[in-house]
Amino acid sequence: MNFEFFFNNLPELTITGLAFGAIYALIALGYTMVYGVLQLINFAHSEVFMYGTFATLWTVIALNAADANGVKLIAILIVALFASMALSALIALALERVAYRSLIERDAPRLIALISAIGASFVLAEIMGLRDRIAGWFGLDDDLSEYVGKARINNSMAGTLEKPRFDVAGVSISSIDIIVIVAAIGMMVLLDQFVRRSRLGKGIRATAQDPETASLMGVNPTRTIQVTFLIGGLMAGVAAFLYMLKIDTTKYDVGFLLGVKAFTAAVLGGIGNLRGALLGGLVLGVAENWGQALFGGEWRDVIAFVLLVLILLVRPTGLLGESLGKARA
Amino acid sequence: MNIGFKDKLTGLPKPVRILLWILLALFAYALPLLELPIISTPGVDFGGVLFTVTIYCLVALGLNIVVGYAGLLDLGYVGFYAIGAYTVGILTSFHANWPLLLAIPVAVVAAMISGVILGAPTLRVRGDYLAIVTLGFGEIIRLTAVNLEWLGDARGIKNIAKPPNIGDEKTGLFEIPHLLWGDGTVLVDTEHPTKFLVFGYIDQVPYYWMGLTAVIIVLIADILIKSSRVGRAWEATREDEDAAELMGVPTFKFKLLAFSTGAFVGGLAGALYASRQGFINPLSFLLLYSILFLAAVVVGGQGNRWGVLLGAILVAYLPQRFREFDDFRVLAFGAALVLLATLRPEGLLPPRRTVRAKQLEQELEELEHGTDEGEEAARV
Repeated sequence: MNFEFFFNNLPELTITGLAFGAIYALIALGYTMVYGVLQLINFAHSEVFMYGTFATLWTVIALNAADANGVKLIAILIVALFASMALSALIALALERVAYRSLIERDAPRLIALISAIGASFVLAEIMGLRDRIAGWFGLDDDLSEYVGKARINNSMAGTLEKPRFDVAGVSISSIDIIVIVAAIGMMVLLDQFVRRSRLGKGIRATAQDPETASLMGVNPTRTIQVTFLIGGLMAGVAAFLYMLKIDTTKYDVGFLLGVKAFTAAVLGGIGNLRGALLGGLVLGVAENWGQALFGGEWRDVIAFVLLVLILLVRPTGLLGESLGKARA
Repeated sequence: MNIGFKDKLTGLPKPVRILLWILLALFAYALPLLELPIISTPGVDFGGVLFTVTIYCLVALGLNIVVGYAGLLDLGYVGFYAIGAYTVGILTSFHANWPLLLAIPVAVVAAMISGVILGAPTLRVRGDYLAIVTLGFGEIIRLTAVNLEWLGDARGIKNIAKPPNIGDEKTGLFEIPHLLWGDGTVLVDTEHPTKFLVFGYIDQVPYYWMGLTAVIIVLIADILIKSSRVGRAWEATREDEDAAELMGVPTFKFKLLAFSTGAFVGGLAGALYASRQGFINPLSFLLLYSILFLAAVVVGGQGNRWGVLLGAILVAYLPQRFREFDDFRVLAFGAALVLLATLRPEGLLPPRRTVRAKQLEQELEELEHGTDEGEEAARV
């Protein structure tokens, strides 16, 4: 137990933890919204996120961001953000169409939908991990080597960005951490307002409460489910972009652990609950970072799960309780 | 109404049925010796593949008790498997020198106790939360093994004891030849016989027999438990917990029992696996395996023991049989899962209750709404 290090660096540890937590929270949204509407663990959501990280990486390579600076760099990053959101949303929608829709329509047992999701997750991750071979079928592996090479190992865009740190009252803060936290919380607030106030958001909440009555009241259930997946995908895209800003590297299986963590965050806050996802993500991120400082990095993931078990024992429905439907309007 | 395979089978007189089962079991035991051309795995030792299949069968039977009978979604089943394997590793090699036959009961009991410890606080938590808590448990077990030097950290445990040989080490009690399949001819290969029962490093067939025996014992126990009061209590709890509780079923106790029984079988599978492998490290207990185990149960048809056995055989065997497609194995497996799930949502062999319930529902629907033709007639 390294108490001295912990107490000396508490503010820094907290801020980095919050940045991680904000990314968890954005991914957790995809889990929590789909769960709220369909009572289904969208296991393949981690791959939606993973495709977003690659969209960011590829945009940065394609637009040659390493040589850009100033306004041009910012413009490239904005393009990367939109590319990431677009690809993630596309994957999420495809996922709904291929892996879930027929099961939902037939009212199949929920466990089988989980298996379908797991299968889809394998397929998506493996396509990314085998992209050099797949490009090879079309004879494109040489032309696209910048994009499809290193299919099974880490792909990095380190050095693209300068990450200045600044001091506030003697605490050294990374500017990226602040950007990540502010952007994530901003997105969450936007989404929360969207679900509360907009027509589509009301439709989502109505379907979450009672799908049959909602459809009698003129809410199209298929459309609502699509919108839910779309929003989850967009948020995962934002998360992927922010993740790449902070971490710089990605890999075909990067989604797995992050997905598990994000789902943990969603459960921690109360699954189906948007504000719960934010709270759960932030609590998880900070707790992990504190725990890492106290017990050492190798215990990081253990801490996350122990925390989850402990909180569920005390509050079996998560910190804020579940239910997307009951969000007050 | 078509008469199912099962009804035909139960229609036979009892001695014939018993004979059929014995023949089936004999065939299963002889499978690695026959080396049938299409079934055997090119490039990989067939006995070894069959052993893996039996381990998956054991795991699937155990997980089926938890998921299929009691309806508790367990995503961390590999944790119990790991506890079984590590207990054997520690007791027979790492910290002590016990013989394997003494270590296996301890391993199984350790897994069972861990099941109770995990289950007692968490089984009060509802369905999907249980899934994530068990997932967390599986990961905690693995990460603890990675981080603790006492458990051999990332390097793992070597020299785990093998089962004791019966008979002389050189020859065994007697030698059994394999068959050799040429182009349209069958020869008896006396060059590389299997020694009965020598648990060595090269010949995997004795391990397969050990695994198969364990599967048969667990299967019989499963049949007995399922048709007892306990089995009915599990099903009642799965279908409607509140109603079961009102009828006087102590649901929590029975859920805990299902959980620990499942852990028991998982621990046994892990112990056997460790002893065959002789070497374990945390990489053998990734979350991926929990998912594969669950896939075996659900794809085969949760709740039906023959279904989950079929699922286990498919999940363990297919990737080995099609090793030529090495790189694309996981991709194909994932696609197969999606296809199976969307085409047969009840699993390959759903339990009879599910099929009956489905039929009944359809009949009710027809009664309520009338069949399509009836409606047409009414409109005219």
